[in-house]
Amino acid sequence: MRASSVKTVAVPSDDKRWRLVNATMRRHGSEPDALIETLHTVQEAFGYLDDTALRYVASNLKAPLSRVYGVATFYNFFTLKPQGEHNCVVCLGTACYIKGAPQILESVENLAHIMPGETTPDKKVSLLIARCLGTCGLAPAAVFDGEVAGKLTADDAVHKVQEWMKS
Amino acid sequence: MIAEELPKIAAQEQEDQLQFKHHIFVCSGTACVSAHSDQIQAALEKDIEERGLGHVCSITGGGCRGLCASGPMVSVEPQGILYQGVKVEDSAEILDSLNSQPVKRLECSTEAPFFSRQKKIVLEYAGKLDPERIEAYIAAGGYTALLKVLTEMTPQQVIEQITRSGLRGRGGAGYPTGLKWSTVAKAQGEHKYVICNGDEGDPGAFMDRSVMEDYPFKILEGMTIAAYAVGADQGYVYVRAEYPLAVKRLKAAIRQAQKNNLLGNNIGGTTFNFQIDVRLGAGAFVCGEETALIASIEGKRGTPRPRPPYPAEHGLWGCPTLINNVESYANITPIIRNGTDWYTAIGTEKSKGTKVFSLTGTINNTGLIEVPMGISLREIIFDIGGGIPNGKHFKAVQTGGPSGGCIPEQYLDISVDYDSLLHLGTYMGSGGMIVMDETSCMVDVARYFMEFCMSESCGKCVPCRVGTAQMYDLLNKITKGEASLDDLAMLEELAEMVKSTSLCGLGQGAPTPVQSTLRYFRDEYLAHIVDKVCPAGVCKIYHHAEVFS
Repeated sequence: MRASSVKTVAVPSDDKRWRLVNATMRRHGSEPDALIETLHTVQEAFGYLDDTALRYVASNLKAPLSRVYGVATFYNFFTLKPQGEHNCVVCLGTACYIKGAPQILESVENLAHIMPGETTPDKKVSLLIARCLGTCGLAPAAVFDGEVAGKLTADDAVHKVQEWMKS
Repeated sequence: MIAEELPKIAAQEQEDQLQFKHHIFVCSGTACVSAHSDQIQAALEKDIEERGLGHVCSITGGGCRGLCASGPMVSVEPQGILYQGVKVEDSAEILDSLNSQPVKRLECSTEAPFFSRQKKIVLEYAGKLDPERIEAYIAAGGYTALLKVLTEMTPQQVIEQITRSGLRGRGGAGYPTGLKWSTVAKAQGEHKYVICNGDEGDPGAFMDRSVMEDYPFKILEGMTIAAYAVGADQGYVYVRAEYPLAVKRLKAAIRQAQKNNLLGNNIGGTTFNFQIDVRLGAGAFVCGEETALIASIEGKRGTPRPRPPYPAEHGLWGCPTLINNVESYANITPIIRNGTDWYTAIGTEKSKGTKVFSLTGTINNTGLIEVPMGISLREIIFDIGGGIPNGKHFKAVQTGGPSGGCIPEQYLDISVDYDSLLHLGTYMGSGGMIVMDETSCMVDVARYFMEFCMSESCGKCVPCRVGTAQMYDLLNKITKGEASLDDLAMLEELAEMVKSTSLCGLGQGAPTPVQSTLRYFRDEYLAHIVDKVCPAGVCKIYHHAEVFS
């Protein structure tokens, strides 16, 4: 990776969000162990981790790109693809599972014709699954654009996603 | 802050609190927020302001009362009134009732077995504490334990007290906490680290989330005491990124503790220095394993490594490291404050104290509970939990997450402690307790957990990476009605192999759900294999006759 041989690494663009990323790296002394914290900041600022970001972080933290890519793909929380305008996260925790989460997931899959981790071609809806949201008391649950909906039925979920698709 | 200042802060806070005739706490736990408790709080705040009650009535986004099924919960202290299922439009009525009778239709009896049968040590403030202000924590007796330790006890005495208390690791395996502390204390190293494992990954478990969100100061205090005991100068709380409120509150708590000289240099006016930082997890279940967690803090992929050497000797950046679970740290301050005699009086001979469980599944009172060790499963499920809804029958209770097993009805009277659960082929785990009725298929449940372990396997060792995938395929075959008895024999053989040869707890525990369901529900497996039917009606088994008819 050529960039790592250069002493100062230029910011990929004049996008102000890079300042946040730089601040995180500086706070941790720009050492390789700041990698996960930095990737969190990138994802929070940009929504996902693209090649440019991974290369930039790798150069700045003096970490091999292979390690950065390895970490970014190892952890489920990080995504390398941009998310749709709306996202639906279906919880597949044990409590949700035994209370009908698989049926909810299946009906959303069939409606939007996407599998978990995918986004509709028009970039409207992303479907994701969660291991456990920790809202087991309200199982089955799903998150629609950041808002948790508990005691959910497949019909409710379909209705919600249908609205997004129409909008 | 020096020891003498603590009572002053407490007294000032208590005096400040006294000017309010009423304190309204609106639960800010995940379940209640999902039921819009934040909007209820906003409505109450607005109404309080409009009525000019700001000087007599305080309002706080307080902690969890545990009864998630009946949320959103609102309580009024010191009157001790608890409301359930509150809606935004109830705000005016609640405020109207402050000086008269409580609102009958919303009232939730705190005398009910759900509350009366619990014993709260970890959750001792039970939703009546502002989680965002250190003064509130100090007024409730917080930090007395730390200052007592720093000014009156030697590190050795602290370790002795924890050892005598009989506290065992609440992360699941139940390793004696005192022994762990003393190993780290004895280890040689220029730096030592203290880590709080808040990577609560078991599906169906949210105890640690609740403790971190509601009692962040208590965890920091417990960690600081641990650091003093083992001689550490830096600590990390490793929290799942999926718990943003816990992250926010812990970070805020760290800042306040630093400001009050209860973290940082010369803590409490002594020569003891200790710093805590928050590190975010990123959604890898395996990071709950201690060596994987350490790798993750170091900014690497969270893959475990063989032990020994244990982290106590060779941990974070090669230094001696103490790793305990959130709930273990939350037990420290009560033990120091109240003494070992008090603590050892609770629980069984080998399992002392209490355990927090998240009680979920097909049960009436889903929520967060804390019970003394030794209580029976029947009491938890039928008294505290209120039994099974919709006239269904209890079938099994699953404990220990993806590394745990299912306990059938005939063992409901067994005592809940580390050793009895192990004897039943499951284990305590971090505290998920999922109740299932006859509509759950046990083969499907085993398949569910195997799918989980297969996807969460880090891929480092072959038995776990390949074994879980093979076992998952076999379970899939069984649930589709395509398996033979030879497949079942193969499944059992693989289970034993994966269990005994995997590198870490994830792989070693992965076969437990299969082995446990085979032990108690073998007939269900046979029904799928021999009779090609799913007794619970969960699995979709297509018969050739149906397909062609």
